[in-house]
Amino acid sequence: MEINTMITIRNLEKRFPVGKDEFIALRDINLVFGAGEFAGLIGPSGSGKTTLLNILGSLDVPSSGEAVVLGYSIGNLNAKQAAKLRKEKLGFIFQSYNLLAVHTVFENVEFPLLLLNIPKDERNRMVMDALEWVGLTGKVRSKPPQLSGGECQRVAIARAMVKKPSLVLADEPTANLDAANSHHILKTMETLNRELKTTFIFATHDDKVISYLRRKIFLLDGRVDKDEVISAR
Amino acid sequence: MKLAFKLAYRNLIGAGLRTWLNVIVLSFSFVVIIWLKGVMSGWDYQAKTDMTNWEIGGGQYWHKTYDPYDPFTLTDSHAPIPAGVTGELKTGDLEPQLIVQGTIFPDGRMMPVIVRGINPGQSILKLPTRKLDTITDAIPAIIGGMMAKTNRLSPGDYVTLRWRNVKGTFDAADLVITGIFTTNVPAVDAGQVYLPLVKLQEMMMLPGEATILTFRDEEKSRTGLNGWTLKTKKELTRQVDEVIKTKSAGQSILYFILLLLAMLAIFDTQVLSIFRRQKEIGTYIALGYTRRQVVGLFTVEGSMHAVLAAVVSAVYGLPFLIWQARVGWTMPMDTSEFGMAIAQTLYPVYSVGLVISTLLIVMLTTAVVSYLPSRRIAKMNPTDALRGKLQ
Repeated sequence: MEINTMITIRNLEKRFPVGKDEFIALRDINLVFGAGEFAGLIGPSGSGKTTLLNILGSLDVPSSGEAVVLGYSIGNLNAKQAAKLRKEKLGFIFQSYNLLAVHTVFENVEFPLLLLNIPKDERNRMVMDALEWVGLTGKVRSKPPQLSGGECQRVAIARAMVKKPSLVLADEPTANLDAANSHHILKTMETLNRELKTTFIFATHDDKVISYLRRKIFLLDGRVDKDEVISAR
Repeated sequence: MKLAFKLAYRNLIGAGLRTWLNVIVLSFSFVVIIWLKGVMSGWDYQAKTDMTNWEIGGGQYWHKTYDPYDPFTLTDSHAPIPAGVTGELKTGDLEPQLIVQGTIFPDGRMMPVIVRGINPGQSILKLPTRKLDTITDAIPAIIGGMMAKTNRLSPGDYVTLRWRNVKGTFDAADLVITGIFTTNVPAVDAGQVYLPLVKLQEMMMLPGEATILTFRDEEKSRTGLNGWTLKTKKELTRQVDEVIKTKSAGQSILYFILLLLAMLAIFDTQVLSIFRRQKEIGTYIALGYTRRQVVGLFTVEGSMHAVLAAVVSAVYGLPFLIWQARVGWTMPMDTSEFGMAIAQTLYPVYSVGLVISTLLIVMLTTAVVSYLPSRRIAKMNPTDALRGKLQ
C-alpha cells in the first residue's frame, strides 16, 4: 500500500434485505483513493453512490469484501471505534445541510470541536478560521432558518472542515442550490482541497459538480462502470 | 457528560415555547407538591404544639385503669397523688387532674359531660384556669367555645351539674360559667367542664386524689410510679402522626396525578422529538456520537426540563411559599368539628428535606420518563436517520 493511500476497497458488496429476498446495492467494487483527491461517485438514483459513501463514512458496513479507510477496516470496527473515526478523521456534507436548527452558525461549526474536547480559546479561533474560509464571519449569531440555502451549505462545509479532517464525504452537496451558489460552494471546496490537502469524495449526478472533479467514478447498478482521472485543472 | 448538558441546554432553550410549556407544567407540580406537603407538616407541627399547650404538656402519668376512650373506667380511675412527685408538684412543674363523669342541664336538656378538676394556678396548660379562682355563689367553671356553642352557654350563665360521688350517691350543684376559651384541640373542649381541683375532690369525696398527672418537662428521665402509667409526649401525639400519615397517603394520589400530567407532557415531547429530529440524530452520529451517546443526550435533554422547572419554581414558587408560610392557609369551612387538633388557619412548614426529596423524586421520575422513549434511538439505522426517514 502506498503511503498516501487513504482508502482501499476490495471486492466490496452490499446487500439489503427486501422481504425474503435481498437487494444488491453494490457489487464487486474495487477502488483506491489517494490523499488530496477531489473525486466523485457519479451515477443515477439507485446506482449505489450514497451507499458506498455511507460505508466509507463508517455509517454502514459492507456485507462482504473490505473497505479500509485511513487504515481502519470498516467492517471490523465496533460502534465506538467507528464513532471515533468519524469524530477525528472524517467530515460530512449532506444534500439537505443537516444543520442543528436551534444552534447558531458558530455553535454548529463548533460542534465537532466540542466532541474533540478542544480548549475554548483554540476552539473559537478554529471556528472563526473555518467561517472565514466559507465567507460567513458576519453570520456567527444567525441560526440556520435565517440563512439562505447557499449559506446553510457553506456552514455545513465549515462544520465539515473545521477540524481539518483527512477525508470529507459530500453527498449531493449542491442538489438544493441554484447554479451561482453551487459554483460558489464548489469553488470553496476546491480551494480547501488545494490548500489543506483534504481528500474530497462526492456522491453526485449534478453536472456542475462533475465539472469540478479531478476523478470521476461512474457507478451503474451497483458496479463501477468507468473510473476516469482528469488531468490537473 | 458535560457536553451532553451543554448541548441539551442549547437544544432546550432553542426549542422555545415547547420547552417552556413543559417546564411550567412541571414547575407547577413542584410548587403544589411542596406547598401541600408543607401544609401537612404545618398541620402536624400545629396539632402537636396545640396538644402540648392545651392537653398533654410534656407528658402525663395516667392512673393505671384510666382509658379516655372508655368512660366506665372513670369511676375507679383515681388514686392519691404519689409522694414521688411532690417536688414537681410544689414547683408547679406537675399538675394533677381529677376526671369524673357528670351531667349538666342547660335549658332543661340533659348533657353528659366529663368534669375535670384542675388547679386554678397551674401554668403548664394554656387553659385559662385563673378564671376558676373566683368567689361566686355557685361553683366556678370554664368551658371551651365549642361546648359553649353546643349548649348555648355564655359567661355568667348558671347550669346545674349532677354527679355521683365515690360512695355512689348522686348530688347536684349549680355551676357558673366564669370563662369560655377558644382552642384548636377538641379533646379539651367538646363535652369538657373544668372546675377547681380541690372543689371537685371535695364534691367526689376524694381529697388529694387525681386521675392524671401532667408534667412540664418532657426531657427529664422518669421512672414509673406505682399504680400509674407513664405516657410520653410521643405516645400521646402518636394519634396525630397516624392521622397525618393517612391524610398524606390520600394526598399522594394528588401528587401522582400532578406528576403524571407533567410526565405525560415530557414523554410526549420526547416521543415527538425522536420522530421529528431523526435527521438531527443521524447528524450527531455522523459527527462522531455513538447511538448510546445520543440516547444519553436525549435523556439529559428531557431530564433538564426538571432542572429548568426547579429554577422557574424558585422564581414564582419561592415568594408564594414564603407568603403562605407567613399568612397561612385559611380553611374554607369551620374546623372545630373535625374531631382533631386543627387550626382554622394552617401555616405550611417547609423543611430542607421536604424540598430536596421533592426535587429528587421529580427529577428522577423525569429522567426515567425521558430515557424510556430515547431507547428507541439505539435501534435506529443512522443512514436512514440522516435522510430523515421515519423508523
